[in-house]
Amino acid sequence: MHRYFLRRIATMAVTLSVISLLVFIIIQLPPGDYLTTYIEDLKAQGEVVDPKKIEFLRAQYGLDKPMASQYLIWVAGMLQGDFGYSFEYNLPVMDVVGDRMWLSMVLNFATVLFVYMMSFPIGVYSATHQYSWGDHGLTFIGFLGLATPNFLLALILLYFANVWFGTSIGGLMEPEFIDQPWTWAKIVSVLEHLWVPVLVIGTSGTAGMIRRLRANLLDELQKQYVVTGRSKGLGEMRLLIKYPMRMALNPFIADIGSLLPQVVSGSVIVSAVMSLPTTGPMLLSALQSQDMYLAGSFLMFLALLTVIGMFVSDVLLAMLDPRIRLDGGVRR
Amino acid sequence: MSERLEHFVSSAAFDPVEVEKLTPEQEQYYLASQWQMMWWRFKGHRLAVIAGLVLLLSYASILISEVIAPYALHSRHTDYIYAPPQSVHLFHEGDFVGPFVYPLSYKLNFQTLKREYTEDTSTVRPLRFFCSGDGYEFWGLFDASFHLVCPDEQGTLFLMGTDRLGRDMLSRLIYGARISLTVGLLGITISFVLGITIGGMAGYFGGWVDSSVQRVIEILKSLPELPLWMALSAALPANWSPILIYLGITIILGLLDWPGLARAVRSKLLALREEDYAVAARLMGSSPTHIISRHLLPNFMSHLIASATLSVPSMILGETALSFLGLGLRPPITSWGVLLSEAQNIEAVALYPWLMVPMLPVVIVVLAFNFLGDGLRDAADPYD
Repeated sequence: MHRYFLRRIATMAVTLSVISLLVFIIIQLPPGDYLTTYIEDLKAQGEVVDPKKIEFLRAQYGLDKPMASQYLIWVAGMLQGDFGYSFEYNLPVMDVVGDRMWLSMVLNFATVLFVYMMSFPIGVYSATHQYSWGDHGLTFIGFLGLATPNFLLALILLYFANVWFGTSIGGLMEPEFIDQPWTWAKIVSVLEHLWVPVLVIGTSGTAGMIRRLRANLLDELQKQYVVTGRSKGLGEMRLLIKYPMRMALNPFIADIGSLLPQVVSGSVIVSAVMSLPTTGPMLLSALQSQDMYLAGSFLMFLALLTVIGMFVSDVLLAMLDPRIRLDGGVRR
Repeated sequence: MSERLEHFVSSAAFDPVEVEKLTPEQEQYYLASQWQMMWWRFKGHRLAVIAGLVLLLSYASILISEVIAPYALHSRHTDYIYAPPQSVHLFHEGDFVGPFVYPLSYKLNFQTLKREYTEDTSTVRPLRFFCSGDGYEFWGLFDASFHLVCPDEQGTLFLMGTDRLGRDMLSRLIYGARISLTVGLLGITISFVLGITIGGMAGYFGGWVDSSVQRVIEILKSLPELPLWMALSAALPANWSPILIYLGITIILGLLDWPGLARAVRSKLLALREEDYAVAARLMGSSPTHIISRHLLPNFMSHLIASATLSVPSMILGETALSFLGLGLRPPITSWGVLLSEAQNIEAVALYPWLMVPMLPVVIVVLAFNFLGDGLRDAADPYD
């Protein structure tokens, strides 16, 4: 177990460093940098640009150094908790981001929790009542949930909230709490608003999860040990929970690997649509204005969220299923 | 007991071929090619067949978008801004007059500042069929003005309403299909080529090639797709022409999608390369490329096609999401995502809900691809 744990941490470190390189390349892709855009803007407004000032800015932000050392400065800064400087806001990235990262994490975590809590009972019901009306209905709703992109679902919800209640359900807290220090009332307000985006982001993940759980459980229910158990007089409920459910649970946890990137992706676009104070909308504007350090640290943060989530799921899986930690490479 | 049955011996000569003779139907079944059997199997999935037909129709429509759309792509009607959908009637005051619409009359509500249109039910504006209407350039090749349906010469025909510039939503939807549907196809082609090449190399050569490809796939799979797509498409230079942006988006969508396919190819190849016929080909001196493409690929091509079908919708949704956010395609290109980006202003949508109509084709096409892919996946293995 310890060896597996250590090996898993090592791969995670390698993964993260490769991702950081990728992210750096991506944010360097647009031609020019924030300063050239900034100078163009100033020129367009008819202001005179002092070449000395530009030289100074360039040197201060390290934009005159070669790419490799820019990358190293960036990574070294991140390891020390310094995420660089946002050109657009004229503030260190950490100050611009503020609560957003925490709210993003809360949102994503709540969504994953929601997906599990919804899909587990529904999946078990669908499998044990195969081809019943309930099963057909739930399968159909699941298909719709899979096919409806979550940002469209967000739009539909916003529309109906507007038409029926005349209010906007966007945002993650009451307006009076925005930019206020964290109090109990603010936390309650966040929790009250959280369910809408959680529902919107979680729907497609839930639908997929139900389908997989149903298929897995159906496979297990046909196996002979179930028949044996039943013939020995085990009660249906006990029979279900004791054996097949445990077997079907395995992929349930392994699936977090595909669920998490999906949830994080979904939360980015949904929070942009519903203007939630999470990382999504700010990432969008940072990308549009080529505010590279801000965009880069958001991308890094989102990747970190998924990679750590997958690490946790792998460790959980190893604890649940001894076969995995015994023969390292092979999975499922 | 009872008397014994008489022992029967046929006097005819025994013909071993006669015994195993197949009925014509059986013969057809046993001699059927792999693809023939897949087709029979596929036909059994009613939902998949219907989905396939829907997709076939949609893709056929993009060949003649100009003819199907009642208006040209950019024709504006400044008198009909945010006009609601007009419905087609058949009976006027109890008499059958054929398909027609009532004209709209416009009034600005000064209390809500909402544009209000009322149907003037005294006038009948019959539709014209196979008619000449708005002029267009067919695929940018030659000028024409032939349409399947046109409004009456003085009338209008906005079956799905108009947008903030008074452009017919239905026509724009039909034109948008041309972009939205092909983005998925081009993207999947790119990802298909990448997936087969990289997965093929990993599976066939094994060893360090395999393990490094595996690592790359793991890393790419652990990244959330949409933020990466957003970052990459934000990197497309703003001064590119629309067609270059379109190509750039398809490449971006395809570049991040191949890991799933590559993984499927790899695991299949790992199993298949140990088969006797693959070993025989290797011993006879065939090159790896030849063995992979001639002997191994045909074995699981059907599986690949099925899984490719299942990943087209994610590309269509990707384009829609990117364009919706303003990072993907931009006007004057018209795709469903671009059309939806006008629905971002929720106050406008609350007043003019038909701005959300482009959602319908998106959901229908995505559903259809999912059903079709499910059917294909079942049919891919007809020997089960």
